[in-house]
Amino acid sequence: MVIRAEFAPWIHQFHNLQELRHSASLATKVFIQRDYSDGTICKFQTKFPAELDSRIERSLFEETVKTLNCYYAEAEKIGGQSYLEGCLACATAYIIFLCMETRYEKILKKISMYIQEQNEKIYAPRGLILTDPIERGMRVIEISIFEDSGSTSSSSSGSSPTSSTAQ
Amino acid sequence: MKNCEYQQIDPRTLRTSTTRTSSTLPCGRKSSHRLRRKWEVFPGKNRFYCDGRIMLARQCGVLPLTIGLIFITSGLFFTFDCPFLVHLTVFIPVIGGVLFVFVIVSLFQTSFTDPGILPRASPDEAADIERQIDNSGSSTYRPPPRTKEILINDQVVKLKYCFTCKMFRPPRTSHCGLCDNCVERFDHHCPWVGNCVGKRNYRFFYAFIVSLSFLTSFIFGCVITHLTLRSQGGKGIIQAIQDSPARYPFFTNCTLNSFCTVVELVICFFSIWSILGLSGFHTYLVASNLTTNEDIKGSWSSKRGEESGNPYTYNNIFTNCCVVLCGPMPPSLIDRRGFLPADDAPQTVTSDAELPPFMAKNDTNMCTQGTKELIESMAHSTVIQSTCTPGTPKTAPVTQESLLSTVSIAVSPPSKPSTGCSDRQARRPTDMPCPQRGNKRAALHVHKPMLRLPSPPYSLGHSPLIFSDAPDMGFIPLN
Repeated sequence: MVIRAEFAPWIHQFHNLQELRHSASLATKVFIQRDYSDGTICKFQTKFPAELDSRIERSLFEETVKTLNCYYAEAEKIGGQSYLEGCLACATAYIIFLCMETRYEKILKKISMYIQEQNEKIYAPRGLILTDPIERGMRVIEISIFEDSGSTSSSSSGSSPTSSTAQ
Repeated sequence: MKNCEYQQIDPRTLRTSTTRTSSTLPCGRKSSHRLRRKWEVFPGKNRFYCDGRIMLARQCGVLPLTIGLIFITSGLFFTFDCPFLVHLTVFIPVIGGVLFVFVIVSLFQTSFTDPGILPRASPDEAADIERQIDNSGSSTYRPPPRTKEILINDQVVKLKYCFTCKMFRPPRTSHCGLCDNCVERFDHHCPWVGNCVGKRNYRFFYAFIVSLSFLTSFIFGCVITHLTLRSQGGKGIIQAIQDSPARYPFFTNCTLNSFCTVVELVICFFSIWSILGLSGFHTYLVASNLTTNEDIKGSWSSKRGEESGNPYTYNNIFTNCCVVLCGPMPPSLIDRRGFLPADDAPQTVTSDAELPPFMAKNDTNMCTQGTKELIESMAHSTVIQSTCTPGTPKTAPVTQESLLSTVSIAVSPPSKPSTGCSDRQARRPTDMPCPQRGNKRAALHVHKPMLRLPSPPYSLGHSPLIFSDAPDMGFIPLN
């Protein structure tokens, strides 16, 4: 199958379809499950999954998960501030929950920023993406693994899907 | 070259765009003219109002009766009893009013709040769990085992597998058959409030029943006082009323007055037993950090005849109460007002095995083009213009959520329940993509032509990220 060059400037990088096929790669996902050993608080296992063995250093991964666990522990911490918030909410017949952002929500925003930062700095360069656990019902940390073909093609020009399929 | 015949879609507008050109949807799906919110495709049996702000169980039970009884009783109280009793003290109607407001607000909070519903597992997650189970067992497919044992505070706890939600339920989570949802810290499904009572609304429910017991007792007491004063012929009050009939026209009619008071008495008498009993029971549960579900099943007390087996208790009544009632308020996990990803998420190739990878459907190109853009933008916070993009600069920052939602589209389309050509009530797609391959990992294949990133301005430890079409043409990807 011949692709018209004007549709795909990158085609020059590939001599034939076969080479294109050989550059195909696979994406997979790893799920870090919850650790319930301390009860129902939100905490994730720090066990290093085997699939990430060749992709990222163990220490980086563990540090990310431990930091996330710390954030969640802080959000669910039972102490003066949470009691104050709870009592104030009770006194106002819980209407205050409609008006103000709870401490938990504020920390969730911090977690979101942290995950984004981690993705930018550490995970994306290694072909990984972390998904915020809140988007998975706080059940798992989903790590998407993008594999690159790496070796065959030396070209690195950007491309986009050809529209040669267009009618 | 820029001679693209399909419409490029800015990935950041995937969540906010309202139109699609139908020419770019070759599989003939109707283009949606607005983005849908997640509540519209929620798989559980719930009803949503006010565009997802308010949620109820589908079977709202006797909630109208509850509201009716409260309003009628309180209405009768304020109409017939307060005018008499206000002469005793002005605080009677004030206290009654405060209690009434508290009861109604906490009732609505209980009924209309997400009780702590766990969203169902995405197909990837479910597949991962099954794969883990399969790896540990026989090679033939069998359903995952129903239980998994874990250790919580040195106590063995069994986690059950929920076949509806396709996940092992966290501790204290139970699946409500009426709402068809797994609810965290499931207490019970209360028909009187028309909703499940779980982690997020237990404090509202407790506030409701306690304040209702106070209100019922208060009205009962006031009614008794009123009737007593009448029967004793409290001439002072009655005389005062009769002297000014114009002020209280109703109350010159003693028959009507008495009738309404008796109605209140009957309602209060019958409800006070059950409500006081319920309040007492839940006070006990709160003090022991138990749920109704656990207490009824005897999860912790059967072996030793005491609740010391409960791994969640803090062994201190005050701490337990504070934790349950004043603990941090967890967020809703179902994000019912969030927008669904674009409807035209790429589906895996089903019948185009003979086509080369980049002859895949145009609709996949748009989303996966967006994916490539977002990966790049996420990696170094700038968006790289695709060579095929007709020069549209994308300079606005991409939010994490939109980024990941679009990535999720490209990477695992079935994970979003909205994908597919099916109707608005599409459930999680049960058909795994790439059916002819019979491989669950097909869900993760990105169907787009090979995209090699342009010379990346950021330093990569590895080669640039490459997305490729599903290798269903028999080629072997090189790793």
